[in-house]
Amino acid sequence: MTASLALGPAPDTALSRINPVAQLTAMAVVTLVLLTSLDVVTPAVVVLFELALFPAAGLTSPRAVWVRTWPMLFGAVSVGLVNVWLAEDASLVTGTGLALRVVGLALPGVLLVASTDPVRLADALTVHWRLSPRFAFGALAALRLAPLLVAEFEALRLARRTRGVEAGRNPVARVRLLAGIGFALLVGAVRRGSRLATAMDARGFDSGVPRSNARGSVLHRRDVWFVVAAVAVCALAVTASVQTGYWSPVFVG
Amino acid sequence: MPPGSSGRASGAPGPARVVARGLGVRHASRRAWALTGVDLVVEPGERVLLTGASGAGKSTLLAALAGILDDEGTEVAGELTVGGAHPRAARDRLGLLAQDPDSQLVMTRAGDDVAFGLENAGLPPAEIWPRVDAALAAVGFRYGRDRATQALSGGEKQRLVLAGALARRPGLLLLDEPTAQLDPDGAALVRDAVARATADRSATVLVVDHDAAPWLPLVDRVVQLVPGGLVAHDPGWRPVPRTAGLRLPPAVDGPVLLAAEAAGYTYRGTAQPALAPTDLQLHAGRVTAVTGPNGTGKSTLALLLAGLRAPTTGRVAAAAELAGDVRKGFREPHRWRAGELVSRIGTVFQHPEQQFLTGRLRDELALGPLRSGEHAEAARRTAEDLLERLGLTAFADANPYTLSGGQQRRLSVATALATAPRVLVLDEPTFGQDAGTWREVVALLAEQRARGCAIAAVTHDADLVAALADARVALG
Amino acid sequence: MAEPAVRPSSAATAGAQPRTARWRTVDIVVTAVLGVAFGVVFWAWNLVFGVLAEPLDFFPPLSAVLNGVYLMPGVVAGLLVRKPGAATFASTLAAAVSLLMGSPYGGIIVVYGLVQGLGAELGFLLTRYRSFGWGTALLAGVTAGLSTAILDNSLYYSELGFLTYQVPYTVFTVLSSVLLAGVVGLLLVRALARTGALGAFAAGRERV
Repeated sequence: MTASLALGPAPDTALSRINPVAQLTAMAVVTLVLLTSLDVVTPAVVVLFELALFPAAGLTSPRAVWVRTWPMLFGAVSVGLVNVWLAEDASLVTGTGLALRVVGLALPGVLLVASTDPVRLADALTVHWRLSPRFAFGALAALRLAPLLVAEFEALRLARRTRGVEAGRNPVARVRLLAGIGFALLVGAVRRGSRLATAMDARGFDSGVPRSNARGSVLHRRDVWFVVAAVAVCALAVTASVQTGYWSPVFVG
Repeated sequence: MPPGSSGRASGAPGPARVVARGLGVRHASRRAWALTGVDLVVEPGERVLLTGASGAGKSTLLAALAGILDDEGTEVAGELTVGGAHPRAARDRLGLLAQDPDSQLVMTRAGDDVAFGLENAGLPPAEIWPRVDAALAAVGFRYGRDRATQALSGGEKQRLVLAGALARRPGLLLLDEPTAQLDPDGAALVRDAVARATADRSATVLVVDHDAAPWLPLVDRVVQLVPGGLVAHDPGWRPVPRTAGLRLPPAVDGPVLLAAEAAGYTYRGTAQPALAPTDLQLHAGRVTAVTGPNGTGKSTLALLLAGLRAPTTGRVAAAAELAGDVRKGFREPHRWRAGELVSRIGTVFQHPEQQFLTGRLRDELALGPLRSGEHAEAARRTAEDLLERLGLTAFADANPYTLSGGQQRRLSVATALATAPRVLVLDEPTFGQDAGTWREVVALLAEQRARGCAIAAVTHDADLVAALADARVALG
Repeated sequence: MAEPAVRPSSAATAGAQPRTARWRTVDIVVTAVLGVAFGVVFWAWNLVFGVLAEPLDFFPPLSAVLNGVYLMPGVVAGLLVRKPGAATFASTLAAAVSLLMGSPYGGIIVVYGLVQGLGAELGFLLTRYRSFGWGTALLAGVTAGLSTAILDNSLYYSELGFLTYQVPYTVFTVLSSVLLAGVVGLLLVRALARTGALGAFAAGRERV
């Protein structure tokens, strides 16, 4: 969780040179194709290509990969197991296919976060997709508070122990403790957010002057190629699936 | 500002004149006026310190000056102008530096953050970057534009916020206790940046801070906010030192209650220990001050002593007298249950609000006693007594979060005392407090010392060390 | 002097709050904060959803009782910020944040966030953004629940029986939404108000 929301400037990697809106477009293509296929081959091919992009996103050490992917792997494995054990007509292949589908759907998000400075994302969205700068940069400011919350979570847990409150092994007490910490975090976040809004206004955020962008956001030829490649990978995946006889489309889902 | 700079973000050029006449402000949710009868004239280019105790209305006056009083929630009387205009109309001529560094930065890189205010003014990119570089240089920022803002220390973050304000070439620079959340080194860094960046008097500067002394070399004059208005101090005025006339009950001699034996701590996934192996003994009836620069593990040591983390090397062990009848006879506090811990070791964090768990002061004070197994009636009486002693009886049903900073600090110390623990562990207990709260906290701690409590205080506060410490452990 | 420096003291009095549709920066940032916070909650809920849904498998539509969590940001933001669009903004952002953190649902989750936000928005629209008490909270809970149930039924369960699956699924989703988004949502906003954290909002000034 810590790393998946660690919103610092992204390291300069091959993938970080792809414009965020190109990445988002590619993500939309992949999502559409995976959601409409229920076999094992399509997601397997897509995941293979997604994994090939890991080094381009700077995810090379096993630790970096694990930190960013464990929640998704957890979800994938549970989806796979649930379907293998519980569904009447499900086989190991179906379960694997569903698990791979979860991975294939989630990895584009992992790659985007690993390679994209949130500021460049806001730049790209406001420049190319005409999102309101006030809302885009307001959201960015809120997003920047997330890593602080992670650090504060631990402090709040310890603080509760100093007051004689801990959950031990009791699951109900655990949920109550988590809810209490969650509420305290929300109070802190709302307060911080209000102060941040004041600081932003003190620098003219609501002055009504049309906002300029010091960094800009440029679409290059490579961005077009990136989207074309995503479409090609999806086409390849579906072709392979049809060729091997696994192809099993659904409307959606 | 750099020479040869031309034009401002917008508005009239030059430092602004500030005029307040009979100014009063009332918040919609309160009956009493937060501010009344304020008369003040600050000439263009002047540097003025506005001081006053917590709750005197400093923040309200500052919000009024900054033009950020909420229309929907406040009532204003009298007159207030900045550069001849209503503060709201003069907001483009304003630069603001507030307390909390983390709630003032928007972008992920230093340069982008300074540029933020210039983008808001609609400047073309070609004009933005030279101004960004000039502002970073003016505050003495030591890193490049690409530096991640997250990686900066609190003092460096504040410098960066100041650069972001200065890049807009403000006529009025408002500094709202900009060093309150910084250690002494960070605070010096910020004051140095303010002095450098405003040396040419291109902006009027108004510093708001209850801690006046450090700003005196930097300002032309001092005004103090008191009930009913402002008092102008003569040149050469010095604040009364908070330690003046302080009479405290002495330390007493007692046995060792808790000891760190070569206790050290390394966070998982890191190679460098956060705390190198440290020896320390806490005696009943004595205060031990833990000092040292940032990054030497002072707060980590406090967590080990408080039984909140297990040392990764060495150990922290309680004397039999402290452990008493702990389940299974564990001597290491981190193995105690929370209910056992709370009646033996009281802990006060740097940020009081992190330790609040309930919606009312009286529940907050009764919580510890209840958790340690006291009966409801006894816990209630303890809570009432503490409320009375802290002068907070009127707030018994208030939400702890709604208290002022000073009241929150007193409450958090009181919650730790509610279970009458034999050991107190405090992390920066006087951090950011005004003189009144400072003296109350110090008196409370001295009282606990006299009743035989062993106290460990992690602190940067030299006055606190001088007033209370019977032993001193310097880390690093 | 371009603007009178003295504001008449009757300009703003407690109780009668002028309502404007314009978003102040604090509205935007705090709505976004809610979106980010619930995005993290979504992410965590996605992890436990599968585990919690398992025991409900004897009657598949029953898993819809877990849906309410996903409808909270819209209703909570609407009740707290009280601006047209707050529910939609918070809900969409929450979904986007859960996607960025790694969502097993992929990009479609953003569409869900948008639709669920619009659903909650409908409840506030029906009360014309004028009242923010129990009635509105429950109504927004109903409309938010309906929005996601209709989307689910048409995207995923269109082949399944209308009475045997779609109707019970819709009923359970709406019940869950009313309870979690409506009831818990309003209690959450009121608890926040008591901490004084909502000083900049009408929701934080009413009951002080």
